[in-house]
Amino acid sequence: MAVITYRDALNQALREEMQRDGDVFLMGEEVAEYNGAYKVSKGLLEEFGPMRVVDTPIAELGFAGIGVGAAMVGLKPVIEMMTWNFALLAIDQIVNAAAKVRYMSGGQIGCPIVVRGPGGAALQLGAQHSQAFESWYAHIPGLKVVMPATPADAKGLLKSAIRDPNPVVFIEGEMLYNLKGEVPEGEYLIPLGKADIKRAGNDVTIICHSKTVAPALNAAKSLADEGIDAEVIDLRTIRPLDEAAILASVAKTHRCVVAEEGWAFAGVGAQVVDLIQREAFNDLDAPVLRVTQADVPMPYNKHLEKAAKADAGKISAAVRRVCYKD
Amino acid sequence: MAVSTDNNPRSKRRGAEAPFADQYRDWLRTMLLIRHFEERAGEAYSIGQIGGFCHLYTGQEAVAVGTISALRSDDYIVSAYREHGQALARGMTPNSIMAELFGKATGCSKGKGGSMHLFDFAKGFMGGHGIVGGQIPLGAGFAWAAKYRKTDQVSLTYFGEAAANIGSFHEALNMAGLWKLPAIFVIENNGYGMGTAVKRAAAITDLYLRAASYGMPGVEVDGQDVVAVRQAMDAAVARARAGEGPTLLDIRCFRYVGHSMSDAASGTYRSKEELDASRMRDPIALLEARMRDLDLLDDATLAAMDAEVIAEVAASVVFAEESPDPDPSELWTDVYAPEGQ
Ligand SMILES: Cc1ncc(C[n+]2csc(CCOP(=O)(O)OP(=O)(O)O)c2C)c(N)n1
Repeated sequence: MAVITYRDALNQALREEMQRDGDVFLMGEEVAEYNGAYKVSKGLLEEFGPMRVVDTPIAELGFAGIGVGAAMVGLKPVIEMMTWNFALLAIDQIVNAAAKVRYMSGGQIGCPIVVRGPGGAALQLGAQHSQAFESWYAHIPGLKVVMPATPADAKGLLKSAIRDPNPVVFIEGEMLYNLKGEVPEGEYLIPLGKADIKRAGNDVTIICHSKTVAPALNAAKSLADEGIDAEVIDLRTIRPLDEAAILASVAKTHRCVVAEEGWAFAGVGAQVVDLIQREAFNDLDAPVLRVTQADVPMPYNKHLEKAAKADAGKISAAVRRVCYKD
Repeated sequence: MAVSTDNNPRSKRRGAEAPFADQYRDWLRTMLLIRHFEERAGEAYSIGQIGGFCHLYTGQEAVAVGTISALRSDDYIVSAYREHGQALARGMTPNSIMAELFGKATGCSKGKGGSMHLFDFAKGFMGGHGIVGGQIPLGAGFAWAAKYRKTDQVSLTYFGEAAANIGSFHEALNMAGLWKLPAIFVIENNGYGMGTAVKRAAAITDLYLRAASYGMPGVEVDGQDVVAVRQAMDAAVARARAGEGPTLLDIRCFRYVGHSMSDAASGTYRSKEELDASRMRDPIALLEARMRDLDLLDDATLAAMDAEVIAEVAASVVFAEESPDPDPSELWTDVYAPEGQ
């Protein structure tokens, strides 16, 4: 299997889906002539031409809405947001139009759009450029929310997202684009809504997604040295949430830590905790703990920024607590 | 087709010479249908048969009829929440619309949309939308799809003059102009966004001038005169089909009723005199006069037509009343596509 970057895996997924389906097109700021702000669309303009790889003005609301309109009449737009911070300007079209049109029309009109781009914090970009918004979109019935953590998942999930008849919010990790991993070539799909056991274990479940998967795996490795055998579950899709995978793991390990990049308040982890207390209360040997970003706008200073972020050390500490090893 | 530029309906012209004379009958009937439909909708609202918001179209009939009559059946239309009249002009049945207003399973959106969200995909009626200006990029998106697929469909987007102040208007028109999309943007300029007169909200009140910023023609149109609307629309459609790009029509019209059912027709933000003056140029009366002038209409024909649409509207109320509510299970359907679709 080829070892490629997360960025190139996304590029392969786009290329393959555009080759196989003439209704798929990519639109966004700098996606064509500049090859993408993060180079995810490298080479696509050359291969598919300017009707299918479309540079837009800086007008997130407008081009998201053009994508939604095109999807309502059967095209399959992939709308690139330079980052999800800027997609806030487009949230009206995503939430009020894309997510609602099937319901409001009594099932007559679908919206097979993918809105994708990098989310979460990179390094020292400050408060307006370092935000994880998955819980905002996961809150909305009608949307699917997908967040790959590895190159293989990035490819398999993006291909499935493009083929999905529903609007999909596809949030890439801004810090993951250079991550390398083995990626199967050719037709390779990962179903939306299926979590992945990234590491099997018996003593505790760590639920994570996107950028917290790597620190969770690092934490699991160091915890193993302390005699704690952690299972790491990567949600991969936030909505629909793979409730069965979460409950099966908790039934096995009886302890759970949820790690995510976003803020704690009304975050994705809150939903996971709610599920576990409702459906697996009797399986639990300890309260479920959450590791999240500090409940503050992201600071610029690198020491403060590190203190604000969820990382392997914080995950390990939470695991020790639920294992009563602290 | 020879199109007369003589807009004076008092000049004696014989049937064949007048533009669209063969369509006047249909237009008049549709305008009467809209007028009576909205009157009945208002009544049904006042006795609680229609819930939520209900924004009536009364007074703006010539805009819907003049614009939609210029379209082909495979063209797209998208609108805001004041869309009953446009849905009727597009040929959606009074039954399916009234039932939707009543929230019934037989409504065009299965009772899940309501007054603000009428949809008929088969007729290219892509919805009423409730966020001011939210539909404008969607309309550009339908035009994008037509261009992408190299069909010669056009996309007609309606919005109010207040919506022309929101960001989505500028973003969508800029891209439509930049990419020469086959889009027609219609400002239904009734002078008021809720209670705010256009001059209190727009730095320039001649909104058609804004078209210059987006590389498209902007045309001021008399929205009381269905023929003027149709002529302006024909030019816009021809441009769009020829690949020459979008047009902005600033159609001056007047709503006879309040912004919504909770709002008086006059007395607060606009005067009774202003309302009465506008009624002097009623779009239906103007068309009637034009037709009489051409000997296309007499009292008996008009009375028969009026009676016919009144009966049709009355029947739609009965249909809506007698239709079932959606099955409780419908609460959960249509959120996502059915599995395997
Ligand atoms: C974004 C947004 N802001 C405010 C409203 C509330 N609102 C509904 S209609 C309306 C006035 C719009 O007037 P206009 O666009 O001129 O259309 P008209 O009602 O005259 O047909 C307002 C402020 C809304 N629905 N959406």
